[in-house]
Amino acid sequence: MRNALQGSIEVVARNGEAAHAAISPNLPLLIEGLTVSYGEKPAIFSIDARFAAGRTIAIVGPNGAGKSTLIKAALGIVPRLSGTVRVFGQPIEQVRGRMAYVPQRASVDWDFPARVVDVVMMGLYRTLGFLRFAGPKERQRALACLDRVGMADFAKRQIGQLSGGQQQRVFLARALAQDADLYLLDEPLAGVDAATERTIMDVLKSLKNEGRTVICVHHDLSTVAQYFDDVLLINVRKIAEGPVASTFTDGNLQKTYGGRLAGAHIEQLRLPVE
Amino acid sequence: MEGFLNALLLQSGYNAALVGIGAALLGMAAGGTGTFIFLRKRSLVSDAAAHATLPGICLAFMAMVAFGGDGRNLTGLMVGSAGSAAVALVLVDWISRETRLPEDAAIGAVLSVFFGFGIVLMTVIQTMTSGRQAGLESFLLGSTAGMLFNEAVTIAIAGAVAGFLLLLLHRRMTLVAFDPEFAATTGIDVRATDLATMGLVLVVTVIGLKVVGLVLIVAMLIIPAVAARFWTERVDRLVAIAAVIGGVSGYTGAAASAAYPNVPTGAVIVLISFGLFAVSLSFAPVRGVVASVYRHVRFQRQVHLRQGLLAVARGEPIFDGLTLKILRFAGHIRADGVATLSGRAAAAKALRDEARWEVARETHQEDVSGARYDGLTAIETVFTPDEIAEFDRRIGDRIGVVA
Repeated sequence: MRNALQGSIEVVARNGEAAHAAISPNLPLLIEGLTVSYGEKPAIFSIDARFAAGRTIAIVGPNGAGKSTLIKAALGIVPRLSGTVRVFGQPIEQVRGRMAYVPQRASVDWDFPARVVDVVMMGLYRTLGFLRFAGPKERQRALACLDRVGMADFAKRQIGQLSGGQQQRVFLARALAQDADLYLLDEPLAGVDAATERTIMDVLKSLKNEGRTVICVHHDLSTVAQYFDDVLLINVRKIAEGPVASTFTDGNLQKTYGGRLAGAHIEQLRLPVE
Repeated sequence: MEGFLNALLLQSGYNAALVGIGAALLGMAAGGTGTFIFLRKRSLVSDAAAHATLPGICLAFMAMVAFGGDGRNLTGLMVGSAGSAAVALVLVDWISRETRLPEDAAIGAVLSVFFGFGIVLMTVIQTMTSGRQAGLESFLLGSTAGMLFNEAVTIAIAGAVAGFLLLLLHRRMTLVAFDPEFAATTGIDVRATDLATMGLVLVVTVIGLKVVGLVLIVAMLIIPAVAARFWTERVDRLVAIAAVIGGVSGYTGAAASAAYPNVPTGAVIVLISFGLFAVSLSFAPVRGVVASVYRHVRFQRQVHLRQGLLAVARGEPIFDGLTLKILRFAGHIRADGVATLSGRAAAAKALRDEARWEVARETHQEDVSGARYDGLTAIETVFTPDEIAEFDRRIGDRIGVVA
């Protein structure tokens, strides 16, 4: 009873926080009534979501739920049908320099003529300008970012020779080079090896500890509670958002996935929550 | 042959020198530009643009004649060709965005319709102004024989403009070609960049009309880029190499055409650049065919050698002919199949390295070096002597002597 009471007080406190954050104009990402449609079928419909600063947030939902679409719309790279997106209280176009994006690694052709360091340098072009040539300072920074993801030895490797996990690390290093305050990642842990998964999560946690905000499309329900502070559950519409402990519940998962998740399966996922 | 050499050395007279320099500039601009449409995987769009110049040429000719001017004015024809090619590009873009048709179908439809319309117009012109047929056919396959000074200057200026635009846009175009979505998040307007790239293609196409002709201009855009791709893994160098290949092809092609005036310039340029492509395909150090065959054979030998040595060490019989041949060639076995002294030593070493790797994979599960085992990589190249000594200590003396 005591525990339950404490729990509900905590929820009130968190909701209070969230309400306060909504008023604050500096919320890293604020989405209101966002609808995106490919053709005449909405990929996401009227989604409201607020993402608080200095947290790691998972966007979770079944295939075709619009997870990738949501972050692409937040980045302004798919057209919005309706709704608004505010990043640090401003329209996307004015704060591009504060956002970094890690696309799905399968979205590019890895036989492109580039070395690992060249790809990381792409994260610097916005600040460097599209004309000036990169000097030793930029190269140093690119190498430092590669070092952070454990790929410094691969700087001169052709990108076509990398494994899937290494490709993902290179993409993360490119985002690190952007030195952003808001990181949006599309399935960064999909199909990577265990060592890469640990490295990526370490980097994301360190970003969070530096006060940056990290939003990941995430597919692995069993690691949501372990890796993330908050979760946004969507299936075309928003199902729930908030701290993992109070949001990642059986009921919400059932609503998100419909009959596709067996009750016993959900039981297993709930274990590590404190 | 002497005529060809003279032309190469700019000794064939003023006109030939002019044409040679013009063709070289064109080749460089085409090679550099073509690199980006090749990387963006839109090679065929440039073919649509090239074929779509024909109705523009004809309409410009008719308009200039109608206004009492000289129908053959190159600048006027270039403006006309650029106009109709631009319309075609907009159409391809519109069809592939707004309808459910894929881009290749849009290209096929637009290319053939524009070209067909151009042929009809050309026939009309031939009946209409029988006295001054103007040789518009020369724009189909190119002809440099009668190039005027101001025509060469026009080509040179347009080539310089293309080079400047390339410099201005190369980083944006690289980003868009590799990862358009990421490019968009850094504030690059992807559509505008694609349009600018197509604008560059237009410039090259229009200046290439006179030299190689509209049917073959696509070859000047694409062949240098794909040939250059064999030599490098970096975009900057790719552009430079493609420009050199294009320039050399243009220059030598024009020289050949000056020496043998009956051979169409465009076709010769394309054949020369194809020759450079064939050389690249065969002999480029990493991606070339010879290099990859060599690598494959060497790899196969390594595998057979290793398997053979392990079989010797374990006392297993070897039946594979290639394995026996390789072992014999390396002096590890005698002709009768019995292991020599060096063979036994190498076999024991192979066996011990296997055991070392087994320990290494257990103790280094977490880091990259443990994952380097592939049965072939020499353990000394991955671990330090100290680490190997540690593996040996763990193995103990279960396995025989190391040579």
